[in-house]
Amino acid sequence: MTSSIPVDHRSPALTLKLAEQINAVITRPWNIMEICGGQTHAILQYGLDQLLPEQIRLIHGPGCPVCVTSLEAIENALTLAGDPRVILTSFGDMLRVPGASTDLLTARSHGADVRVVYSPLEAVKIAQVNPQKQVVFFAIGFETTVPAIAASIQHAHRNHINNFSILPANVLVPPAMEVILGSEALVVNAFLAAGHVCAVMGFHEYLPIAERHRCPIIVTGFEPVDLMTGILMALRQLEEGRTEVENAYSRAVSLEGNLSAQALIKEVFEPVDRKWRGIGLIPQSGLGLKDKYKAYDAVSRFGLAPTPIPESPLCLAGKVLQGLIDPLECPAFAKDCSPTSPLGAPMVSAEGACNAYFRYQKGN
Amino acid sequence: MDDISQKLEAFNCPVPLSQHEAILLGHGSGGTLTHELIKCLFQKHLGNEYLNAGNDAAVLPSSNGEKLVISTDAHIVSPLFFPGGDIGRLAVCGTVNDVAMMGARVEALTASFIIEEGLPISDLERIVVSMEKACREANVKIVAGDTKVTAHGDCDGLFISTSGFGWLPSGRQIAGDLAQPGDAVIVSGPLGNHGVAIVQARGDLGFTSSVQSDVAPLNGMIATLLESIPDVHVLRDPTRGGLATTLVEIARQSGVSIELEENKLPIDQAVRAVCDMLGLDPLYMANEGKLVLILPEASAQKALGVLRAHQYGQKAALIGKVHEKSSGKVWLRTTLGTTRVLDMLTSEMLPRIC
Repeated sequence: MTSSIPVDHRSPALTLKLAEQINAVITRPWNIMEICGGQTHAILQYGLDQLLPEQIRLIHGPGCPVCVTSLEAIENALTLAGDPRVILTSFGDMLRVPGASTDLLTARSHGADVRVVYSPLEAVKIAQVNPQKQVVFFAIGFETTVPAIAASIQHAHRNHINNFSILPANVLVPPAMEVILGSEALVVNAFLAAGHVCAVMGFHEYLPIAERHRCPIIVTGFEPVDLMTGILMALRQLEEGRTEVENAYSRAVSLEGNLSAQALIKEVFEPVDRKWRGIGLIPQSGLGLKDKYKAYDAVSRFGLAPTPIPESPLCLAGKVLQGLIDPLECPAFAKDCSPTSPLGAPMVSAEGACNAYFRYQKGN
Repeated sequence: MDDISQKLEAFNCPVPLSQHEAILLGHGSGGTLTHELIKCLFQKHLGNEYLNAGNDAAVLPSSNGEKLVISTDAHIVSPLFFPGGDIGRLAVCGTVNDVAMMGARVEALTASFIIEEGLPISDLERIVVSMEKACREANVKIVAGDTKVTAHGDCDGLFISTSGFGWLPSGRQIAGDLAQPGDAVIVSGPLGNHGVAIVQARGDLGFTSSVQSDVAPLNGMIATLLESIPDVHVLRDPTRGGLATTLVEIARQSGVSIELEENKLPIDQAVRAVCDMLGLDPLYMANEGKLVLILPEASAQKALGVLRAHQYGQKAALIGKVHEKSSGKVWLRTTLGTTRVLDMLTSEMLPRIC
């Protein structure tokens, strides 16, 4: 979907104009959380924070899929990678994330067959051409990655590709927003909702959240003009005392979202309780395979049952992911923890807040 | 925020290699891990004044006034054939360019072939013919060679290692530690094309684009440049790790900072589109036919004119300038007037998830 008037969403003139309007509207301090790590990176990449008035505190949300994937899930993936019968497939970002003992890149360097795929359907193809192997896809990500994962399961089911399975670790955004809004330690005045997630799911799920917590939620994209528009719309609501859900990303998002993608998700998956790395167990915040497709769950196929694993005491990723501290406040930042030797996932991922701060040397 | 600045400075000192027990693909990325490996292992045991200088090629003394310039490079690329080139053209151009970046006249190459059992001879012949064509274009000969064959599975098709040597006219001094405050920074054309062409050639992206590798021998263009502009301070080819990593190397070697203007950076629309889609940054994507040129600002316009008159420099652009601070940092001034720091590539570039 495109807007009727073509707009350059990276236009410096438009971005600066929006910055002026933001400065004109604001009268007091506000905390605004951008949910998605892609938004955090864009803000730092373009230096948008440098254009905002000091009264706006941008709090970086938990929307980094590899960051919130539990240590137990990573250990499961490492166990599978170490199994000579298995080809483990994954999105690239996940490979560098440290588990309790090692990471998938290191496992690969020791001979594990770990392959980066751009889409889970590629993993199904790998299964087809390697019938003597078990091919497992590490199913991580928010609502954005789920439709393609559901499609891969359906494809495998229809074509009787029985050597394919997934390690389910997908998570859902709205339950995490509820946790953040329920936190007494953190005051979020408004949310910039993740545009890509809303493109799939629509934004009707956010209406009760905004009402219940009296918190404006703005569906926001990822380009400078999108982000500044989202911030301006949030500010206007806050200053006027409104608490609505508004759409600043209408070129990609509608209220109801992508209905066929949602139907596909519902056919294959159902909500389950899920542990988020650094945050803990959030009820009904993950997606598990429905009974009809249970045979494609690698956890039961391989009898995986890891015990709970404690995090490194040096890593404050949990607090970063909940927006309680910013990465610069972590004593390990750029000292014991860097992208080449990360303690926690937010330092690894292209969507992690610590990585963004390190990469763009925020504060330096 | 001086505290953070110190923390980040501290990280510039390589962490001990021992944290990795085995070689990772990231050790070949051209970024931080590669630098750690070179510093903490190769330079530690094999180091000497020539190797430690960290330039594209070594400059050795000789008796006739001209100095001997020598370089070596191993080439592994998958797939062996990609849009715009192949491993053979890459093996010739990579080493020719490294020798030429010191300001030397490239004299000759050697080539070693490590071939996997089972490689079709027709593929090998196509690659060798492509090497001959690149040599003819660069006006250089391969004067010695070697061939080894490994068992199937012990190497990925074909590896080619080339060494090159050339002569540096007396009085000419071009090196990574010679960037001066006030100098202009020029790049010879659009960035990231080779890296994007390779990512695409590896397939399975579900889309295609028109992006071709820029792999090309640059010694002819450099010779013309140095004939008319003798006061060039630094020449370097931004290969693995891309422009950003190369400029950070130069800033650290010269003890200067470098400021880039985002809106001056030449990047093809198709490269930008592919990078946007995959979450990759063109400033960190490899180039195999581009050079970075640092020289006094007074000579910048003339240099641009010379480069633009050459087939491999038509889109040359003035992209930034060198500043005095000894921080070794590279700054990007964005189109919004904000700034951010560019660091070295950390490890392998991995596409983002969504």
